[in-house]
Amino acid sequence: MRILIIEDDREAAAYLTKALTEAGHVADHAADGESGYAMARDNDYDVLVVDRMLPKRDGLSVIEELRSDGCDSPALILSALGRVDDRVTGLRAGGDDYLTKPYAFSELLARVEVLARRRQPGEAETVYRVADLELDRLSHTVTRDGAPIVLQPREFRLLEFLMKHAGKVVTRTMLLEKVWDYHFDPQTNVIDVHVSRLRAKIDKGFERPLLHTVRGAGYVIRDGAR
Amino acid sequence: MTALGKIFRTTAFKLSAAYLLVFAIFAFFQIGYIAYNTRVLLARQHIETIETEVSALAAQYRIGGIGRLIRMIDRRSGRPGAGVYLVTDGSGRVLAGNIAGLPPGLLDSPGLHEARYERSETAEEIASRLRRDRGGRGRGDRGRDGRHRDEFDDRAVMQVFMLPGDFRLLVGRDIGEREKFREIFGRVARWSIVVMILLAVFGSYFVSKRVLRRIDSVADTSRRIVAGDLTGRIPLAGTGDEFDRLGESLNTMLDRIETLMRGLTEVSDNIAHDLKTPLTRLRNRVEMALAEKPSVENYRGALEATIAESDDLIRTFNALLMIARVEAGTDEGVLEDLDAGAVLRDVAELYEPVAEEAGIAFSLDTAPNLTVRANRELLGQAFANLIDNALKYAVPEAAVPAAVRIAAVADNDRVLITIADNGPGIPEADRARVLERFVRLEASRSRPGSGLGLSLVAAVARYHGGTISLRDAAPGLKVVLDLPRAPGGTGT
Repeated sequence: MRILIIEDDREAAAYLTKALTEAGHVADHAADGESGYAMARDNDYDVLVVDRMLPKRDGLSVIEELRSDGCDSPALILSALGRVDDRVTGLRAGGDDYLTKPYAFSELLARVEVLARRRQPGEAETVYRVADLELDRLSHTVTRDGAPIVLQPREFRLLEFLMKHAGKVVTRTMLLEKVWDYHFDPQTNVIDVHVSRLRAKIDKGFERPLLHTVRGAGYVIRDGAR
Repeated sequence: MTALGKIFRTTAFKLSAAYLLVFAIFAFFQIGYIAYNTRVLLARQHIETIETEVSALAAQYRIGGIGRLIRMIDRRSGRPGAGVYLVTDGSGRVLAGNIAGLPPGLLDSPGLHEARYERSETAEEIASRLRRDRGGRGRGDRGRDGRHRDEFDDRAVMQVFMLPGDFRLLVGRDIGEREKFREIFGRVARWSIVVMILLAVFGSYFVSKRVLRRIDSVADTSRRIVAGDLTGRIPLAGTGDEFDRLGESLNTMLDRIETLMRGLTEVSDNIAHDLKTPLTRLRNRVEMALAEKPSVENYRGALEATIAESDDLIRTFNALLMIARVEAGTDEGVLEDLDAGAVLRDVAELYEPVAEEAGIAFSLDTAPNLTVRANRELLGQAFANLIDNALKYAVPEAAVPAAVRIAAVADNDRVLITIADNGPGIPEADRARVLERFVRLEASRSRPGSGLGLSLVAAVARYHGGTISLRDAAPGLKVVLDLPRAPGGTGT
């Protein structure tokens, strides 16, 4: 997919471009707000990665103007500010996700890939399927190989999020944000425990595991071993 | 500027001077009013006396004609303290009375006058003068002593009548008394103004000096603080006056500043220690990896350890930053009315599987409608830190399994959140200390953690107008978070 990086720190931008290219994407770079705005407006990018503080024009106003121009490329805001309400202002300006610097590249990549997924059709599917695992969002039922699996509400939401982004890596922070709606630092590996519980329910007794741990990144649900 | 000049420039002095001016004007008008009214009253009295006398004399005149009138006048004018009388004929010859000189033409115009006159001497006065002079003049001399001055010594109100036969009658009253009154009032006014000015100057001097002393002590304290001595406090007089109140609030502010400054110093010391240590470790590891035999496994291992270490560093750094921002109150995060019980349930639910996996009995008990005005993220982080801590320290002892008990209840206008473990607890002497940044008790050094968890909870509690207290759960530690309940919250 095509990604535009609007970031004034050349070294960081070069690293991001290289890493995203290695991950199989096409990455362009703009070094300031003005040129970033022009490039995003004139090309149809799948994802924009926008630094919040940019020369000439700040990242939030770039996104705001793009949105009023009708550009709906999903935007991931990068910020060195880590204040509690910054995320709110960032998302209010039209950003789709928010990542605080310093970040792990695996976190950024996971978020970029999940964001791009949003533009693909099938968003409103009512039944998610991965191999023989089925999740019905309307009846709130989960079956594997036809047999029903009983999940707690939170486990259901966890599985729902994973299956919605089936095949894509989701990080622990993303899970805490999207499933629990908190952005704090949980200190211990609380998410891991929840995921392993879920795994016990959906994979135990089956030959082919579907829920995989991606080392140093997060989790992915997909058909087939890694 | 001299010390005196400093006093003159004080507000207290200027205020005193302004009050003096207002009061002086008031006093001046008061005295003037009294003087004027006294004068009017006396004048009226004089005229009334004259009228009474005139009517008496008129009665005598009707009975005995001019002769009887002259006799009456002769008798009356001789009395001590008598009024002023004069009877003349058409040619101006004095027939009776006690006036030696009058402004010319006065007798030709009937009516009421106020004029200067010369009083003739009474019999006793003449006698005493004769004794002194061994010679003299008799009563026949009166009015003809040859003095023809325009200026006579006395003043009187007098009424002039024309009587049949071209006689003239003058009845009057000396107004020397009135003049004396006027003089007295004038003197009173002058003296009171002099006294008032003196009092005011000295009074405002002392008031200003006292005020200036208090102000100077405030200025001295602030100079000491500017010079770097943060322990300085403004001395209080203990009278509870406005200066004491000002001093008290300034002292409270100074306490706060001192705490913040101490915190800052502590933080920089702690950063030096707790951030430099892992940074050194990080550097050493990379150096060692470079020095070792080049192999992909070695490099990979070193790099992975480096990433893990820097993640810890970032985490510590974020926690520090968060504490600093929450403490400074600069994080104008969104405050909303929310149910503390619901947030607590959310967070507890997040940790519950961790407890289960570790074999720790986990109980949660929240009352309904625990509305607080809070930032959800900060509150969630605080609860997470407390539960995380409790899970870390809860240990099975003897036959009792490890346990963590979480409860939230309402106590009038407070919401009390209690998180207790049955671990080793914290000795009473150390309880205040563990709330400080980076403080980790020896017993916990071996366990993971940055030493910032409880400090962040304390900062969050303060941010929301609450407190955190550490108690003995016998055995174990009980942390009580006391938050103000939002007024009027329905706790949805």
